Amino acid sequence: MKTAPSAPASTAKIAVRDLSMAYGNFVVMHDLNFEVRDKDIFVIMGGSGCGKSTLLRHLIGLLEPKKGSILYDGEDFTATDPAGRGDFIRRFGVMYQSGALWSSLTLGENIAMPIEESGDIPANTVRDLVSYKLALVGLAGYEDYYPSQISGGMKKRAGIARAMALDPDILFLDEPGAGLDPLSSRRLDDLILRLRDSQGCTIVVVTHELASIFSIANNSVFLDTATRTQGALGNPSELRDHSDNPAVRLFLNRGDTPPSPS
Amino acid sequence: MEKQGKWQYNLLRKKVHRPLSRKTALPLPAERNVASADPLPPRAAWSHDGTDATLEISGDWRRDGPEVEITGDAPAQAPARYQVDSLGSYDSTLPAFLLARFRAVTPSPADSDDAPSFTGLPDNLRGLLELALAVPEESDTRNTPQVSSDLRKLGKISLQLWASVSGLANFTGQSVLSLGRFITGKARFRSSEFWLTLQQCGIDALPIVSLISFLIGLILAFVGNVQLANFGASLFVADLVGIAMVREMGVVMTAIIMSGRTGAAFAAHLGSMKANEEIDALRTFGFDPFDFLVLPRLLALVLMMPVLTIYANIVGILGGMLVGFFVGIEPELYWTETLAAVDLTNASLGVIKSVFFGAAIAISGCMQGMKAGNSSAAVGEATTRAVVASITAVIVLDSGFAAIFTLLDI
Repeated sequence: MKTAPSAPASTAKIAVRDLSMAYGNFVVMHDLNFEVRDKDIFVIMGGSGCGKSTLLRHLIGLLEPKKGSILYDGEDFTATDPAGRGDFIRRFGVMYQSGALWSSLTLGENIAMPIEESGDIPANTVRDLVSYKLALVGLAGYEDYYPSQISGGMKKRAGIARAMALDPDILFLDEPGAGLDPLSSRRLDDLILRLRDSQGCTIVVVTHELASIFSIANNSVFLDTATRTQGALGNPSELRDHSDNPAVRLFLNRGDTPPSPS
Repeated sequence: MEKQGKWQYNLLRKKVHRPLSRKTALPLPAERNVASADPLPPRAAWSHDGTDATLEISGDWRRDGPEVEITGDAPAQAPARYQVDSLGSYDSTLPAFLLARFRAVTPSPADSDDAPSFTGLPDNLRGLLELALAVPEESDTRNTPQVSSDLRKLGKISLQLWASVSGLANFTGQSVLSLGRFITGKARFRSSEFWLTLQQCGIDALPIVSLISFLIGLILAFVGNVQLANFGASLFVADLVGIAMVREMGVVMTAIIMSGRTGAAFAAHLGSMKANEEIDALRTFGFDPFDFLVLPRLLALVLMMPVLTIYANIVGILGGMLVGFFVGIEPELYWTETLAAVDLTNASLGVIKSVFFGAAIAISGCMQGMKAGNSSAAVGEATTRAVVASITAVIVLDSGFAAIFTLLDI
C-alpha cells in the first residue's frame, strides 16, 4: 500500500489489497487489487476453476489469505482475529452455490434461525419477518417445505431469502444463475437488481454467465487463469469492447474474435 | 485442461456414434463392404516405400468384433499416408487405434511444426483425429508410479499417524472448550436439535439394546451353566451373569451398538452437511459449528449412555434368569443370589465407563463428519472411519479401565 491507509479506504465498501490466495503451496491467484463501491453490483468473473469461489470464500472469511488484506469500510478484516470477526460477519449475507439450506429444517425455520439467534425477538415478529423474506423472493407460503422438496431455482431463491434475513449490508451470491433455465436465471437477475435498488445493499456476485453479467453488473473484476491474477477491472460492457486484455475481450465476447480496443 | 480433455472425449464419442447407427451415411469409398452379414476381421498392414510408411486398414472395426490383426513392422514415425479401400464399417475403435499409433511415435505433436498429416483417410475420420490432437496431451496429469522405498513408506505412515493423533487431540480439546462454554452459558445451539438427538440415541435405541443384551445374558448363562453344573454349582450362574453384565458386557455391548448406530449417523449427517456447504452457512451467520452441531450430540450421547447401560444390565440379568429357570433355579432364588453378588461398586463401574464411552463415540463420529471431504464418496468413507474409530476407542478405553481397576483392586 503506497497511500495512507485511512483516506482512500474510506470511500470503498470493500477494498482488496495485494491479495494472494493459495491452497498449501498451490497459488490460485496472486496480487488482486480492487475496490467495491457502496451500492455496487460487483461481479467476480472468470473461466471455470479459476478461483472465483475461492476469492468469495476469502472475502467472507472462510479461508485465510496467503498474503494481502481485505478491508470493509476501511477496517481491516483479515487482520482481525477470526474469533473477533462477529461485527463484520453480522453485516454479510451469503448465498452459496447450491443454496446450502440446512436440510433438516423447513424453509421457514431456515430463515427464522438466524433471526431468532440474533436477539430476543417475539415469535410473532419472527413469523412475519420470515413470510416477508420469502415473499420478497417469490416464495410466499412455502414456509413448511423442506429444501429437498423444492426445485433448484427455488432453493437458490430461498438461499437469497435466508441471506437477506438479517438485512445485510453486503450480499454475496455464489453463481446465482448456474444450472437454471434462462427464464429462472433472468428472474433471479431482476430480483438482484430490485433488491439492490430497494434494500440498498452492496452486492458481490460470482458468475460466468454473460447475460447475467451484462444485465446486472456495474463493476467487475476478471480473474485470468493463464496469468493467475486479475485480468481487468471495470464495467463489463465497456471491458467487452475496450479492454486492452485480449483474454477479457475473448471471454466477454464468448470466444468470438474480439475487436481490437479503440 | 482436464475439463477440456473430457469435453473432447464426449464430442468424439457423439460424433462417431451417430454415423454408426446410420451405416449408409458413412462417406466411405465406393467398393466398401457395406454392413455384410459376416463382419470381416479388422486388419492393419504396414508397408514401406523408402522412408515413407503406408498403413492399410481393412475389415470391420467394431467394439464387439475380433481383435485387430497387425502385419508388417511399425515404423518409427507417423505413417505418411493411409489406405482405406477395403475398409468396412467402423466405430470408435478405429480412430482410437489410429490415435494410439500416432501418439506412440509422436509423443507431443505440439513440438513438431508440421500439422499432422492424415492423407488418405475419409473426411470424418480425419476430422475426429484432428479434433483429438487439437490440444496436446497434458504430460503431468497422468498418474506416475512413485518411487517407493520402505523408509519412505515408514515416514508416510508415521506422518499420517501423527496427523491423526494430533487431529484427535485437537478435536477433543475443542469439545472440552465447547463444553466449558456450555457450562458458562455462552454456547449457542438449538434446543430442539438437542432433544431430537436425545430421542434418537435414547428411546429409539431401546429395541436393539434390549435384544442384544437379553441374548448376551442368555449366552453367558448357558455357557456358565455347562461348566458350573460339573461342580454342582449351577446357582453361581447368577453371580457370573450379574457381575459379567454390570462390569463389562452391558456397557461394552451398548457402546458397540451405539458406535454402529449413532456414531455412524453423526458422521453421515455432519459429512453431508459439510458437502452441501451447510456448515459454511452456519459459520457465515456467526454460529460456531462446534457449539451448534457437536455439542448437542456430545451432550445427548453422554447423557443417554449411562441410562442405556443400566437398562442393558437389567435386561441381561433377566436373560440369565430365563436360562436359570430352565435349568432349575427359581427366579426368586436367582434374584437373591444376583443381589448378593452384585454390590454397588461393581454396578457403578460399568456406568462410570459408559460416560467415557459415550463421549468417545460422539467425538469420533462428529470428528469424522466434520473433516469429511466434499463428495458423496467422502461421506461414505467418513461413516466407515467413524464406526471403526469409535469401536477401537471403546475397546482401548475399556482395556485402560481394566488395568486401572485391577491396580486399584476393585
